[in-house]
Amino acid sequence: MTEWLERHIPKMVLAPSFIAILVFVYGFIAWTGWVSLTRSKLLPKYDIVGLIQYERLFDSPRWDTALTNLWIFGGLFITTAMVLGLMLAILLDQKIRVEGALRTIYLYPMALSMIVTGTAWKWIMNPGLGLQKMVQDWGFENFTFDWVINPDRAIYAVVIAGVWQSSGFVMALFLAGLRSVDGEIIKAAQVDGIPNWRIYTAIIIPSMAPVFLSAFIVLAHLAIKSFDLVIALTGGGPGYATDLPATYMYAMAFSRGDIGQAASSAMVMMAVVFAIIVPYLYSELRAKHD
Amino acid sequence: MTDTALHTNSRSPGVIVLRWGLFLILGLFALFYLMPLFVMLTTSLKSLEEIRTGSLVALPREVTFEAWRTAWSGACTGIQCEGLRPYFWNSVILAIPAVAISTILGAMNGYVIAQWKFKGANFVFSLLLFGCFIPFQVVLLPMARMLGLLGIAGTIPGLIFVHVIYGLGFTTLFFRNYYVTIPAELVKAAKVDGAGFFRIFWSIFLPLSLPIIVVTIIWQFTQIWNDFLFGVSFSQAGTQPVTVALNNIVNSTTGVKEYNVDMAAAIIAALPTLLVYVVAGKYFIRGLTAGSVKG
Amino acid sequence: MAPILDIKNLYKSYGTVEILKDINVAIEPGDFLVLVGPSGCGKSTLLNCIAGLEPITSGSIAIGGKDMTHVSPKDRDIAMVFQSYALYPTMSVAKNITFGMKVRGVDQETQDRKLKEVAHQLQITDYLNRRPGQLSGGQRQRVAMGRALVRDPKLFLFDEPLSNLDAKLRVEMRAEIKKLHHNLGATMVYVTHDQIEAMTLATKIVVLKGGIVQQIGSPSEIYNRPANLFVADFMGSPAMNLIPAKTKRNGTGMLIEIERAGGEIITLHDHHTESLPENVIIGVRPEDIAEAGFRAGEDVQEAECLVDMVEHAGADTYVVSHLGGRNVTARLHAETSAHPGEALKLAFDLSKVSYFAPDTGERLN
Repeated sequence: MTEWLERHIPKMVLAPSFIAILVFVYGFIAWTGWVSLTRSKLLPKYDIVGLIQYERLFDSPRWDTALTNLWIFGGLFITTAMVLGLMLAILLDQKIRVEGALRTIYLYPMALSMIVTGTAWKWIMNPGLGLQKMVQDWGFENFTFDWVINPDRAIYAVVIAGVWQSSGFVMALFLAGLRSVDGEIIKAAQVDGIPNWRIYTAIIIPSMAPVFLSAFIVLAHLAIKSFDLVIALTGGGPGYATDLPATYMYAMAFSRGDIGQAASSAMVMMAVVFAIIVPYLYSELRAKHD
Repeated sequence: MTDTALHTNSRSPGVIVLRWGLFLILGLFALFYLMPLFVMLTTSLKSLEEIRTGSLVALPREVTFEAWRTAWSGACTGIQCEGLRPYFWNSVILAIPAVAISTILGAMNGYVIAQWKFKGANFVFSLLLFGCFIPFQVVLLPMARMLGLLGIAGTIPGLIFVHVIYGLGFTTLFFRNYYVTIPAELVKAAKVDGAGFFRIFWSIFLPLSLPIIVVTIIWQFTQIWNDFLFGVSFSQAGTQPVTVALNNIVNSTTGVKEYNVDMAAAIIAALPTLLVYVVAGKYFIRGLTAGSVKG
Repeated sequence: MAPILDIKNLYKSYGTVEILKDINVAIEPGDFLVLVGPSGCGKSTLLNCIAGLEPITSGSIAIGGKDMTHVSPKDRDIAMVFQSYALYPTMSVAKNITFGMKVRGVDQETQDRKLKEVAHQLQITDYLNRRPGQLSGGQRQRVAMGRALVRDPKLFLFDEPLSNLDAKLRVEMRAEIKKLHHNLGATMVYVTHDQIEAMTLATKIVVLKGGIVQQIGSPSEIYNRPANLFVADFMGSPAMNLIPAKTKRNGTGMLIEIERAGGEIITLHDHHTESLPENVIIGVRPEDIAEAGFRAGEDVQEAECLVDMVEHAGADTYVVSHLGGRNVTARLHAETSAHPGEALKLAFDLSKVSYFAPDTGERLN
């Protein structure tokens, strides 16, 4: 008996988490997938009727806006944060005495809630009393910066706040990557008389490909899940101008009472995430096993 | 090596100009990152009158803590006007058990997966790992029903439950990656010495784990404290966490817009995680970089 | 006397991969058994099976006359020293040594007494309060041994304990382990890939390859009468010369003909061996080839060889020439007059020669 117990304790310890994940992640995904194929409205129904929810979804102009916004926001957010992060990392890598303090300053937004970030930037970009008024008061009467209330510009306001929050983190990733490059290779290049900027472009940055990939994955993941930031900064508005799939899903689930639409939009989000994550995780796990 | 040392030590005018340019750029970026915090702080210390007439970046002419007092105990979140205080405490009593439980479970899971490999352990780990990356929208609807079935819908225990479940993937990942670097011979030696599963964990692994425990606690605390999606989806009036209350204060449409109160409330909501960041930034960064997945 | 360790028909597989095949080994109290073989031969797995750290697929293991096949490690009355030492990093040296006793509920007084004894024996008394991280490799090694000694088990298991030490320390610790074995009269099972360690320590050697026992025997048996080509090649440094040759009957003995590049065939006459197949591989240890005139006896035969290379190694000089399509090493005295490119008359001692079948690799004489 004790022998048996001894042998099976590890499995028994892992079992509750395993079951929890099986039910609350994979079971729930299946449930959502199922419901996305039904006519569920205020209450879930379980008769499968096919893809009508997805047809409705892709016919909906609001979803169309949400998807377009995701590409705009995602694309700009990821590239800006990566470029800024890499630049800051390289600049910080120049044996600066105050590096520790600067790193702390660049990274602290990552500790904040997106709601706090949204609140702060909403105030700063407030056209009536914020940046716009400040610059106008300085004498530039024609200066306008009304992105948060301008339907054509509001999504870019979200990008600014998002980049402010996350670029320091990308910087930290890249800095760690720069520091992990084999010092002997760099010494060899210096002995060969290769100038510093060439060492970066020809040796260090190419060897950081995995770091670029990690940073991309994390940022893409953040972009798709972005919900709090939009809610706090623009509330999805003006109108639906800054709706993202995440806010669309939430609106359908909790204010519109359209469970079928909520489920189908959630499944689309999931598909996008998996299209990015699965190949990455697969290669990571494979690399570990070899 | 001496070659490069000479190179960077030489104080030719070109190098000095470059060096100053570098500091200028880094300084400007520091301003960019600090500006919102600065604006929040100064705005929260101004009166509404001064906000309307003064400049965004000006220091307050007259420092007043009135906005902080209102934000803490008088601001309205919809119809209730008790300030952030009750919600702040909601977040505290929500975060402490959620962090503790998910950390303990993660430690045990990581210990099993890294050191007591059995057939299928890696499969379980892969399942957990994929679970870290799902967009939570995909579980919101069934979770809302499940909480109802369990009778904990709209309660703080319900939120704790949700945070524990969806925190498991990351906490397990942290501990697994930490324990996997510990040689398997340690467990073998302890087995020969006569120790069992729990004794080995308690006497040998736990004393080794302080750094990763700190990393995990900080990660989980930051995640849970800053969470908005679960908070707004699974709470009701009275059980909302601080982020939800903050959003309600800021976006409440009744009455005059009190920007100073909004900013004070935002700072209050941000203080715990900022404090953690300032005190234990090293561990915070380790968590972030580990969380960006090293499988 | 009953064997203290008795392994019968042991098989071990991971999935469909067979790691160990039909292992049968038995040792008496006081034996020093060395499991030796190249990496991946299954020697460490076998040791883990003896310890109970790995379950076996079939067969049985008895320790001290009791069947231990399904008994957990803690109840097998064994102690083990690991390659990485596996010291508990957060415990002091003293706690490392007494942990096993503490787990088993031994009273504090006994713990202290035994700790003192062992610490004295291994000369680690001075750093009992330090953490493993503050010790040198050699000191850690001693602590790991202390942790095993304090248990006073029926069987000591060593898993390549010296492989992480530098060359000088390794020789020192090897002597110390030998002394310990002698003083304690303990039974030990020792895994190594280093055949010199095996030769110097063992009373009994098991040579493993691909999970199959190649030969079991005393060090001198293994060295002088290797059971097959693998053992012949693996044990001894420099390795035994294995030279393809043709044989012919000749009265009471055999004629051994070895081809030589750019020269006539060397013919050696073996008077003691009566029958051999036509093609054989002849195995001669480097020390059984001497410079002509330095070795005498009825089985010593001389032949002219072309010297390819001369390596001075202090006490000895190794001379390499090319015979039967192989490099053949002879171990000569330090002051030899051999020069690369010149001919040298070598004396082959046929009394200790081995013959192997080229196809199966098995020993023929």
